[in-house]
Amino acid sequence: MNLDRRQFLTLAGGGLAASPLISGTVRAEPVKTSAHIVILGAGAAGTALANRLSGRLSGARITIVDARKDHLYQPGLSLIAAGLKPAAYAVSQTGQWLPAHTTWIEERAAEIDPEAKRVTTEGGTALDYDYLVVATGLVLDHDAIDGFSLDLVGTNGIGALYAGPDYAEKTWKAAQHYSETGGIGLFTRPATEMKCAGAPLKHTFLIDDIARTAGNAGKVDIHYMANNNSLFGVPIVSEKVRMLFENRGISPAYSHVLKAIDPGARRATFTTPDGDQERDYDYIHVIPPQRAPDVVRQSGLSWADKWVDQGWVEVDSKTLRHRRYADIFALGDVAGVPKGKTAASVKWQVPVVEDHLVATLAGRDGTESYNGYTSCPLITRIGRAMLIEFDYSNNLVPSFPGVIAPLEELWISWLMKEVALKATYNAMLRGRA
Amino acid sequence: MKELNLATLIAVFEEIFGRGLFWAMVAVAALITLAYLYVLIRDRAVSWRKFLLAQISMPFGAILAVVFVHAMTDSGFRDVGGPIDLIALLAIAALGAIGMAILVYTVQSLIGRERGT
Repeated sequence: MNLDRRQFLTLAGGGLAASPLISGTVRAEPVKTSAHIVILGAGAAGTALANRLSGRLSGARITIVDARKDHLYQPGLSLIAAGLKPAAYAVSQTGQWLPAHTTWIEERAAEIDPEAKRVTTEGGTALDYDYLVVATGLVLDHDAIDGFSLDLVGTNGIGALYAGPDYAEKTWKAAQHYSETGGIGLFTRPATEMKCAGAPLKHTFLIDDIARTAGNAGKVDIHYMANNNSLFGVPIVSEKVRMLFENRGISPAYSHVLKAIDPGARRATFTTPDGDQERDYDYIHVIPPQRAPDVVRQSGLSWADKWVDQGWVEVDSKTLRHRRYADIFALGDVAGVPKGKTAASVKWQVPVVEDHLVATLAGRDGTESYNGYTSCPLITRIGRAMLIEFDYSNNLVPSFPGVIAPLEELWISWLMKEVALKATYNAMLRGRA
Repeated sequence: MKELNLATLIAVFEEIFGRGLFWAMVAVAALITLAYLYVLIRDRAVSWRKFLLAQISMPFGAILAVVFVHAMTDSGFRDVGGPIDLIALLAIAALGAIGMAILVYTVQSLIGRERGT
């Protein structure tokens, strides 16, 4: 039994939160099948789906392929890079989340052959599948930024929080030093699709706030380098951020895409409509271009006419089913849909793929549909955030309409991020939320 | 939140505190409530002397609850940004106050000597 929030609040408010609720979601009988389902990737999407499928299917063989032993709670990276959490906050073990009776192959996929319905791993294991779920995540193309390498992070005023928990912690070292000594700060984002487009903004707001709280507001000169002529993909949010930036004295620079850095000279080169432009910096936050992994791009599963330099999987935006191969789905960052590269999106996407996959195995048609839901608790300072939720159409879709205003900087939104977000994420991994 | 039902909420709370601690806390809260009901039924009346002390303890419970939430979440009073924040703050304070009052009343009744009503 599923309730939306309004129904829930009405019930709870009326004191009627009685027995049907306690049972939670009433599950149908497991569908009997002998199908072999291969899931590429044990990140948020792959793990959550494996757990949900194992409860819905009886007799299915589920194989999950991922070489990474550490599971990363990526929404925590922004907090680590602001000194609010240690690196360990975002790290757990992949194995602890996977359901029993699932085979975990601790290797990377090397080849996908959608015609032969076979995945080959780097170790040479061949996996013949009946259904394939591509949930590999994306790769950060650090080499695309000339002069940049990961060993520079934390030194010479260079931060790169996307690169992982340890790099996020090193980013904090450089950012903390900057918040004390001041100078010019450049906060960049790539021109490709990217995971959590709010994170570059959060980092900007947080470092500004930390400098301010330390009494160094007069020392820092912060610039947000937007990749195009907006600050966020959703126009109404972009406009709100523009106002907040104005209020905080953060200068936006539009259509500036980072191309190269000279760490010694602390100078960055940006591609702009007026040609390359150089900017000096005391702190720079680098977020590189993001693409589908090579194994996906070489498999012929990518869009041929969209995102050709990025290679996201060609799926139907509502069902996340591959448009040419009905036995393949894509989930999470690697899916070729216009929005949805966040953990919150995954939470919405997983039940859709689960529904269509289980329905197919039961000889029915699936009914669930993904509307592009993406959510971002956009932190504007330590202690406040805006709970921004939107869909494919750039409509705001607030979870608590009339209660938690999406474009207001609120303490309660911060509380939710601090207290409930990781817990909800973990519950999602276990297939329980 | 896509699905918000009691099962989801319980799953989230179990993740926040850990399954053992969460259910231990639920058990403690239930025990205190039961003990409170027990002393009410046992004494067949509200002891106004005890109730007075319980009332005096309420502001301390309220302050403790707010300080606890602030400390746990790296935030403070300056972060209140809208009406819902004020409501949340007052709700946290109210929960702390009521919890403290029930606790103080029950503890007095269970261990204190009955000195008339």
